[in-house]
Amino acid sequence: MYLGKVIGTVVASHKYAGLTGVKLLVVEPLDHHQKPAGDAHVAVDATFQAGPNDLVTLVGSREAALALPETFVPVDAAIVGIVDQVHVERARR
Amino acid sequence: MKLCRVLGNVVATVKHASYHGHKLMIVQPVDEAQREVGASFLAVDLVQAGAGDLVLVMQEGNGVRQVLKAPEGKDAKIPIRSVVIGIVDAVSTS
Repeated sequence: MYLGKVIGTVVASHKYAGLTGVKLLVVEPLDHHQKPAGDAHVAVDATFQAGPNDLVTLVGSREAALALPETFVPVDAAIVGIVDQVHVERARR
Repeated sequence: MKLCRVLGNVVATVKHASYHGHKLMIVQPVDEAQREVGASFLAVDLVQAGAGDLVLVMQEGNGVRQVLKAPEGKDAKIPIRSVVIGIVDAVSTS
């Protein structure tokens, strides 16, 4: 599970049946300093409320499919939260 | 499981139902000498860990569903993959 930023949207009218009505967003993984930390990829929006520039939490692999109402879908990244705040303790040692 | 240092936490009011009532921690994997290895990630806290704690994190969905007592089969709808399952008191390497 990781932090990410929504940087775009994807519209795919022709896609796997189970994914109709599911919002597809382009996300860029972030580290705990909110700096880019990985390649941009496409995730389904399991909160149905995320939009561009939102800071979000995501889950990957099989658990991403479990985030959707219809769980038997080919999904490996899902937005499961819209972040209000990130608290990081000052780096100790 | 991974040894991790808790760096802090993430607050999200809008989230998937399975995350309600749980703290979402930011954890940094460390090696046996507590040197940082790899990227930080998020894990649901099940043991009241706090920032700065050294913890044990499990990253496997099936185990999470068992720990969170998910119903079996197709209605085991818990999209959580990483959980903090222990607060470490000591690590000794002979």
